Amino acid sequence: MKFYIDLFFIFFKIGAFTLGGGYAMLPLIEAEIVTKHKWISPKEFLDLTAMAQAAPGILAVNMAIFVGYKLRSFLGAAVATLGAVLPSFVIILLIALFFHNFRENPIVERIFKGIRPAVVALIAVPVFRLSRSAGITWKTFWIVPLCALAVWWAKISPVYVVLAAGIGGYVCCRKGEK
Amino acid sequence: MIYWQIFKTFFKIGLFNFGGGYPMISFIQNEVVFKYGWLNNAEFTDIVAVSQMTPGPVGINMATYTGYAASDSVWGAALATFAVCLPSFVVMILIARYFLKYQDHPCVKAVFRGLRPAIIGLIAAAALLLCDGENFVDIKSYFIFALSFLLVFKYKCHPIMLILLAGATGLICY
Repeated sequence: MKFYIDLFFIFFKIGAFTLGGGYAMLPLIEAEIVTKHKWISPKEFLDLTAMAQAAPGILAVNMAIFVGYKLRSFLGAAVATLGAVLPSFVIILLIALFFHNFRENPIVERIFKGIRPAVVALIAVPVFRLSRSAGITWKTFWIVPLCALAVWWAKISPVYVVLAAGIGGYVCCRKGEK
Repeated sequence: MIYWQIFKTFFKIGLFNFGGGYPMISFIQNEVVFKYGWLNNAEFTDIVAVSQMTPGPVGINMATYTGYAASDSVWGAALATFAVCLPSFVVMILIARYFLKYQDHPCVKAVFRGLRPAIIGLIAAAALLLCDGENFVDIKSYFIFALSFLLVFKYKCHPIMLILLAGATGLICY
């Protein structure tokens, strides 16, 4: 029982402090699940991100479902998802019910001017920190900037990038075996 | 019956949305504004802005808010949020099951060897896409960015701590 409560609150914390979309959640999940609790390895974290990205739906919810399922099967998945979703649900309802003009509040605007660049930095850090776990060698290094450019510059959907990289990995390794 | 329509719409959005929160915005707009007319475009823009400013995944925030606005009740919000997560639940558990079973298979290993560098590239792209005039308003923004990077990368500052510090900095500096 205690484990489920821990799992719930960890994802609750992750949900409550993710600002600015799914990728902003990655550093939080990494800090809590990989570094602090060591429930999954950095390598598994990357694999999981790939699967969560390739599957339909919301990235953060997909990650919560996978981590929860890996640790404690169905109930774990349900508890982790509930934890990740609940802060959003409560905060949005409070705003919808009581603070219609939340957006125009000058104090909120000032706080966000400080937070936005910090979130960008938060997303940039795992790029460098996870490179070692990704098993990147001189032979595979070019994949990183290529995929970044494909999404950032050529505006290709990340789903296609994930599919192409998976097929590429499969084909190259089969060739290597021969 | 509005509740059935909400469930159907958000289930569909959860099932066919690929590639994160931003493509989802136009998907939701199509259904909620153009098809059903539950909200007009200005209301929808407000919801997008609030969803991006509040904590939590943008997709969940949008579902909760549009569900509430469309039905004018908490039940609509709960139903939309539940419906948008349901397809993920089924698909991800299937994937997790097969992955955990076959992760040591050489073919699966080969696929993930190609995927890992690609995911690093995707995360880099996400950071690059956020480097725009909305997130970086002036020179102070760049200082906050550099300092944040240093704190997290070098001094292992916890992301939650960093968000709180950055919020306080914004309040003082602007």
